Amino acid sequence: MPAAIEIADVSKVFRLYREKPSSLKARLLSGRTRAEDFWALKNVTFEVPQGKSVALIGHNGSGKTTLLKCIAGILRPTEGIIRQRGRIAALLELGAGFHPELTGRENVYLNAAFLGLGRKDTDKVFDDIVGFAELGDFMDTQVKFYSSGMLVRLGFAVAVHVDPDILLIDEVLAVGDEAFQARCLDRVAQFQRDGRTIVLVTHALDTVRQICDQAVMLDHGAVYKVGQPDEVVRALRLKILHKDLDYATEEGSKEIEIMGAELIRASGATEGPVHPGESLTIQVDLKANTPIDDPVVSFALHDGTNRYVFGGDTVSEQIQLGRFDGKKRVTFHLRAMPLVQGRYWVTLGVHGRDASRVYHVQDQRYSFEVQQSGERRDQVFITMDAAVEDL
Amino acid sequence: MNVTERTSEPPKLQVFRRVRELYGYREILLNLVRKELKVKYTASVLGAVWSLLNPVVFLIVFTFVVIVTGNNIKHFPVFLLSGLLAWNMFSVSLTQGARAVLDNANLVKKVYFPRELLPLAAIGVSLVDFVLQSAVLLLFMLATRYPVSLATLLLYPLSFLALLVFTTAVTFFVSALNVRYRDIQHLVNLGLLVWFWFTSIVYSGWLVQNYFVVVKGHPLFWKLYLLNPMTPIVMGFQRALYGVHVLVEAGKPAHTVLPDVSLMWVAGLLVAVLAASLILLRFTWGTFFRMSGDFAEEL
Repeated sequence: MPAAIEIADVSKVFRLYREKPSSLKARLLSGRTRAEDFWALKNVTFEVPQGKSVALIGHNGSGKTTLLKCIAGILRPTEGIIRQRGRIAALLELGAGFHPELTGRENVYLNAAFLGLGRKDTDKVFDDIVGFAELGDFMDTQVKFYSSGMLVRLGFAVAVHVDPDILLIDEVLAVGDEAFQARCLDRVAQFQRDGRTIVLVTHALDTVRQICDQAVMLDHGAVYKVGQPDEVVRALRLKILHKDLDYATEEGSKEIEIMGAELIRASGATEGPVHPGESLTIQVDLKANTPIDDPVVSFALHDGTNRYVFGGDTVSEQIQLGRFDGKKRVTFHLRAMPLVQGRYWVTLGVHGRDASRVYHVQDQRYSFEVQQSGERRDQVFITMDAAVEDL
Repeated sequence: MNVTERTSEPPKLQVFRRVRELYGYREILLNLVRKELKVKYTASVLGAVWSLLNPVVFLIVFTFVVIVTGNNIKHFPVFLLSGLLAWNMFSVSLTQGARAVLDNANLVKKVYFPRELLPLAAIGVSLVDFVLQSAVLLLFMLATRYPVSLATLLLYPLSFLALLVFTTAVTFFVSALNVRYRDIQHLVNLGLLVWFWFTSIVYSGWLVQNYFVVVKGHPLFWKLYLLNPMTPIVMGFQRALYGVHVLVEAGKPAHTVLPDVSLMWVAGLLVAVLAASLILLRFTWGTFFRMSGDFAEEL
C-alpha cells in the first residue's frame, strides 16, 4: 500500500528581517543586508504509512509546525516534494479559518467547502457538526462573538465531520474543557479504528505514547530520529540530558527554586552506572526567594518508556521543613534499589502541602543508568534472584 | 474511499497546470465571492443599493462640473457612465484586491487553497457591481431610446476582455506585494486618483488629441497618452456604447467628443493592449505565485 504522505528531501527557508519592517519606507531605508536566511526545515525525508498515527516532536522552533503547515499545503516547501494521497483536514491552533463577520452556519459551509465538501454533503452532516460542537443556539450568530473555546469546538467539529483521509492536528487537543477533550480523543481513536491517517504535533509526550504508532523527532529543522514512540521519546529525553535544557519542561512560581541536584552513587561518585541492589542518594539544593511556611519536597522516578516507577516526598516521611528562608539541602536516600537494566528519569518538585501551590518542578531533568551484570536482562521493574541448585 | 492525490506545488508557476487546479476550485471561488458580498453588505441597511449609488453620485457631480465649466458634452450620462463603469471595475478590483490576502489572513493561515482565489474573488465582487451598474445603464439607454450601432457594439466584448485581463494582471501584483509592504494599499489609492484623471473618462478624449496634435503640434505626446492601457480600454467602451464620435447637426460636424480615429484603429489598439496585458499577467501571476508560498508566514 502506498504511503499516505511522502516527504522527500523537504527544505523550507524563511527570510528573516531583524526588525520585520512591513512598510516600504522601512524596507528601503534598511537596505537588503538585514535579511537573513533561516532554514526552518532541512532535507526532511520520511513517510507516513496509510492508517498510521504519527507524532512530530521536538523542542520549540524545531520545525514541527512548519512541517505540518507544509504537509497541509499552507506553506510551500522551498525544496523537495510532499506527496499525499487522500483528502486532508488540518486543525492548526485556534479556529479553523473562520471569517469573523459570517455566522457560525455560514462559516461551517465555507470551511467545509475548503476541506472539499460540497453544499449538499455539508447539509447531511450539518446537524452532527452542531451537535458535536454543542453550539445549537449560536449557529446564526456571527463568529466574532464566539469565545475561543467555542471556535475550537466548531473547528474540530467541522474537521472531523468532513470525512478526511488524513487529519493533521497541531496542539489543539490541549484546549477546551476536559469533557470536550475527552470527546476529541474519542474521535481520534475512532479515526484510528477507521484506518485513517493522523499526523499530530504535540508537546505532551504521554499523548505520543498513548495514541501514536510512530514518532518523528525534529531537531533544528532536521529529522533527528524516526521510530517507535518509546524509542523517540527516549531519544528526546537523552537529548535533554546531554545539553539542551530547553527540552526539559519546568514550571512553578519559583518562590522556592531548585538550584541543582546530584545523584550520588553508593561509591560516592555522581556519575557512572548503578547496579541493581545498590543505593542512590538524591541530593537537592533549594533556595527560597521569599520565606515560605512548610513546603514539601518530592521526587518521582520514571523508566525510559515514561512509566512511573516510584516516588516519595518529605510529608510521607514525616519530615517538617518548617518555615523556610534562605538555602537548604534535602536528601532522599534510596536504599538497595531493585531496579532492572535501563535509564531512569528523576523528577523533582517543591510545592505547598495541599499541592495547589507549585513552587518549582523540574520534569525528568536528571537521570541515571542501571546496568545489570552478566547476561541477565530482566524485563519488569524489579530484579530477583532465584536460587539455582544442580541436583 | 475517494482518494485524491496531491503533490506539493513546484516553486515555479506552471500556467496550464495552475489553470486546471483553479478550475477545480471554481465552486469555492463562487463561495468566496458570495462571502465577500455578504461581508460587504452585512450591517448595512441599503446593501447592494450602495454599489448603484456610486455612479449616480458621480454622474450628478460631474454633470454639475461639466455644465459650470461650459464644456457641454451631448448625452453626458451615457458618455460618462460608459467609461466610468469600466474604470470602477478596475479601481475597485485593485483596492479590494490589495487587501484581499490581508483581510482573509485567518483563512490563509489555516487552510490550503490556491491563493489566487482571493484576488480573483475581489475581481469577482467588482464584476458583480459592474454587471448591476451596466444593467442600469442599459435600462437608461433603452428608456431614452439612445441609438447604438451594431458595428461599434462589436468593440464591447473586446474592450471587456482587455479590461478583465489587465485588471487581473495589476490586481495580482498589488495583492501579492501588499502582504509584505503594507503601504501598497495607500499607494494604490493615490495612484488610482492620478490614473483616473489621466484617462479620458470625465472629459472628452478628442480634446486631448486636438490639444497635442493640432494646437501644440506634438503628436508624440498624444501617442504617449495612449500608452496608458486604461485609455484605449475606456475608449473602447465609450465607442461601443456612446458610439458616434463626431456629432452631426444639420448636415455638418458640430461637436467632437471621442478621439477622431477609425473603428478599426481602436480595435487594433485594443488587441495590442490585450496582448500586452496577457504578457503582463504572466509576470505578475508568477510573482504572486512565488510569494504566495510564504503568505501564511508573513501575515
